Amino acid sequence: MTDLTVRPSLVVEGLAVTLGRGEHRRRVVNEVSFTVAPGKAVALVGESGSGKSVTARSLVGLAGDGADVTARALRYGDIDLSALGERAWRRLRGKDIGFVLQDALVSLDPLRAVGDEIAEALAAHGWGTAASRKRRVLELLDSVGIPEPALRARQRPDQLSGGLRQRALIATALALDPPILIADEPTTALDTTVQAQILALLETIKQRGTGLLIISHDLAVVSRIADEVVVLHHGEAVEQGPTAEVLSRPRHAYTRLLINSVPGARPRKPRAAPTSSDTVLEADGLVKSYVGPDGVGRLAVDDVGFSLRAGRTIGIVGESGSGKSTTARIALGLLDPDHGAVRFDGAPWAGSGEARVRERDRRRQRPHLGVVYQDPLSSFDPRWTVAEILGDALDAGGVPEGEHATRIGELLERVRLPAETAGRRPLQLSGGQRQRIAIARSLAASPKVIVCDEPVSALDVSVQAQVLDLLDDLQRETGVAYLFISHDLGVIRQVSDEVLVMFGGRVVERGPTEEVLGNPQHPFTQKLVAAIPAHVAGLDLVPSGAP
Amino acid sequence: MTLSDVLPGRAIASRIRIGRLPPAGAVIPGLFLVLLILAAIEPRLFTAANPLAIAPREAFQPPGPAHLFGTDQSGRDIFTRVIYGARQSLLLGVGAITVSMSLAITLGVIGGLGGRITQRAVGWTLDVLFSFPTLILALLFASHLGNGIGPLIIATGIGNVPGYARMVLGQVVSARHAGYVEAARALGHSPARIIRRHILPNAMRPLIVTVTMGIGQAIVWSSALSFLGLGAKPPAAEWGTMLSMGRDFVQRAWWMTFFPGLFIVLTTLSTTMFGRYLQRRLEGRLP
Repeated sequence: MTDLTVRPSLVVEGLAVTLGRGEHRRRVVNEVSFTVAPGKAVALVGESGSGKSVTARSLVGLAGDGADVTARALRYGDIDLSALGERAWRRLRGKDIGFVLQDALVSLDPLRAVGDEIAEALAAHGWGTAASRKRRVLELLDSVGIPEPALRARQRPDQLSGGLRQRALIATALALDPPILIADEPTTALDTTVQAQILALLETIKQRGTGLLIISHDLAVVSRIADEVVVLHHGEAVEQGPTAEVLSRPRHAYTRLLINSVPGARPRKPRAAPTSSDTVLEADGLVKSYVGPDGVGRLAVDDVGFSLRAGRTIGIVGESGSGKSTTARIALGLLDPDHGAVRFDGAPWAGSGEARVRERDRRRQRPHLGVVYQDPLSSFDPRWTVAEILGDALDAGGVPEGEHATRIGELLERVRLPAETAGRRPLQLSGGQRQRIAIARSLAASPKVIVCDEPVSALDVSVQAQVLDLLDDLQRETGVAYLFISHDLGVIRQVSDEVLVMFGGRVVERGPTEEVLGNPQHPFTQKLVAAIPAHVAGLDLVPSGAP
Repeated sequence: MTLSDVLPGRAIASRIRIGRLPPAGAVIPGLFLVLLILAAIEPRLFTAANPLAIAPREAFQPPGPAHLFGTDQSGRDIFTRVIYGARQSLLLGVGAITVSMSLAITLGVIGGLGGRITQRAVGWTLDVLFSFPTLILALLFASHLGNGIGPLIIATGIGNVPGYARMVLGQVVSARHAGYVEAARALGHSPARIIRRHILPNAMRPLIVTVTMGIGQAIVWSSALSFLGLGAKPPAAEWGTMLSMGRDFVQRAWWMTFFPGLFIVLTTLSTTMFGRYLQRRLEGRLP
C-alpha cells in the first residue's frame, strides 16, 4: 500500500452545477465545498432532489450533457479537474478516482460474469497481463469479502444476492486501488444485516488509506463510518462538520428534521388499552411452499400464526426471502396456504383442502381488508386520475356513484392532501403523495384491517416519518388494525404493539415490541437490533424541543 | 431517486403539457394522410379526368404540364390513377389491419386470460404460424380466395395475424400480472370488471400505435400481392397493380412504376411517422 502522505486528496471548493434545458434550467448544486483526504470518509447526505448524486457525478466528469459545472477549486492532488477533457477524465476515472454507482443490478452487465467485468476495468487502464488480471480479480473479490471467489467470478450478476452484487461492484471500483472512492448509495435497498456488512467493508477500505466519499439519503447509516458529514438540501450545504458534532448538536432545522425522522427515533406512543378486544384477523399454522426453478421445493412460510385485535398493530420484520411478504399475501387472501387457516372478522378467510375459501365468498368482505404496497405507482392503473382510482375503491365498497365526489374529498382530507389532487395522475405526484393516495384507497370502505407491505421503504426519511404519523393518526381516528411488514426494525418499533421476527420462513421471536427489542433472544434478532444506529437506539443524542 | 433521474422525466412531461404545435415530423405526414383520405373519399377534388379512359394517341407521355405524372401504355393519366388508387389502397390498409387486429385480439385475449393450458395452446399455434413468412401465409390465402379486393384484404389481414396476436398476448399477460390488477382484486372487484376496466384497456392502449403503423405495412403487403398478380386485376387503378403493369415498360416509361411506387412509400412513411409521434405522446404521458 502506498504511503498515506503521498496519497492525494480530492478538494472541492465552491462547486456549482446547473442542469436542464430552456426554462427548466436551474442551479441544482450551489456553493458546496469539502475535502476527501486519504483514510477519511466524507458523507454527502440529502433526500431526493438535494443534488447529492449530481455532486458526486460532477467529481468524475459525469455530470451529463448540458451540465454546467463550475468551482473555485476542483482538484485531485495537483491536477485541476475543472480543466480536464473527456480523454483525460477516462485516464483518471477508475485509476485515481473509483466510482461505485447506485444500484448494483443495473450497473453490472447482466450478460457478463462479474470476474470479466472487473478484469475489464483493469484492462481498460492497461493493467497487467490476462493471467495476472485473473489473479488480481480473485484477490479483489476475496478482499471485499466474497466467499468462494473463483466460483463467484464466473457467475453473472443475477446469480448473486444483493449483498454479493454490491460487493462485486465495489470490487470493480477498487480494481486499480484508486486513492479516492466515491460510492453512490452503497447500502440502499440492502437488507439491514447486509447493510452492516457493506459498511464494515467500506470501513476496512477506509482504514487501508483510501479516501471515501459516500452519498446517501440515510444519515443514520452513513454516520457510522463518516468522519465528516455534509447535509445537502435543495443543492445547498445547509450543515457540515465532524459527524459526532453534527449528530449531537445539529444547528440547522433541516438536519434536526433528518435526525428526528430516522425511524425508531420515536418509539410508539403509549396508547390506551383497546376498547374492544375483538380479534379481527387471525392466522394459525400457515405453511406455504414453492418449487424453485431448480425443481426443489422450499418452505417460504413455515408454521406462522398471529392474532390481531382491533385498533392494534402487529409488525412483521425480516429480510428479503424471510417469508414476510408471502405471509402478507396469504393474510390478504391472494394466495392460498398449503396448511393452516386465516379468519377475518370472525369468519373463515383462507384455508387449505376442505377448509379452502372460495374467492367468490371472500369478495364481499374484501373492501374491509385494505392493502398498501411498497410501490404505490405500480398498484395504480396508469391511465387513471386520483379521482378515478378512489372512485373505483368506493365502487368496491358499494358507495353509490352520486356520493363519490363528496367521499373522495373526505378521503383526500383524511390523508392530508389538497382537494385538487383528485384531478391529477399518480405519475405527477411525489412518492409520499402517492403513498397517501394508496392509503386513501385502502380507507375507502372503512376497513377493519389494513395490510401494509413495506409502505415506507421507498420514501425519503422525512417523508417516511410523515406517512408513519399519518398511519398512526388514522388508527386513532378509525380504530383500524394494521398488519405491518417491514425490513426495518426502526420502522417496526415506531408503529407496532407487537412484533414477529421472521427468518427463513419461521417466526423466530415474538412479543411486545419494546420487550423484544430490549432483550432480543434469537441471534438474528440480536443482529437486527445491533444494526439500529446507536444514537437512535439510545435516544440520548436527539435534542429535545426539536420538531 | 436522484436528481439526474428526475430531470429528464420532468423535461418530457413539460414538453407535452405546454401544448405547443406538434413537430414537423408529425405535421407533414399528418397533412399527407389527410390529403390521401380526401382523395379516397372524393377523388374529383384533385382531378377531373377518368382513371380508366383510354387515349391511345397519348400513350407513354412523360411527366409534363398536360400529364403531371405522365401516361401509361393506353394513354391513361397516371396522376388520376394514383389519386383514384388512394381509395383502394387505404381501403386495403384499413381493411387488412381490421381483419388482422380482430383475429389477433381474439386470439391474444383468449390466450392471455385463459388458464395455463389455453395459454400454451395459443402460444404454440402462433409459434407455428409465425414460422411461415408473412407473404407466404398471405399468398396461401390469396390463391385460395381468388382475385379482387375482398380476398386481398382477407389474405393480407390473415398473413399478419401471428405477429400481432403474439403482441396482444404479451400485453394481456403483462397487464394481467400488473400491480393494479392485484390491487383491484384486493378491493373485491369481480374478474369480469377487472378484465373490462383494467386488463383490456391497458393491453389495448399500445396497439393504437401498432395499428397506425400497420396500415402502411398492410398497403405494402397488398401491393406486393397485386404485383404478383393475386390482387386487383388490370386495368383497375390500384397502386400494386399499376406497379405490376409498369414493370413491362420500366425501361421505356419509368414514370409508370415510379409514381405509384412513390405513393406507396410516402403513405407507409407517413403512417409510420405519425404512429411514432402518437407513440411518443402516449409514452411521454404514461409510464
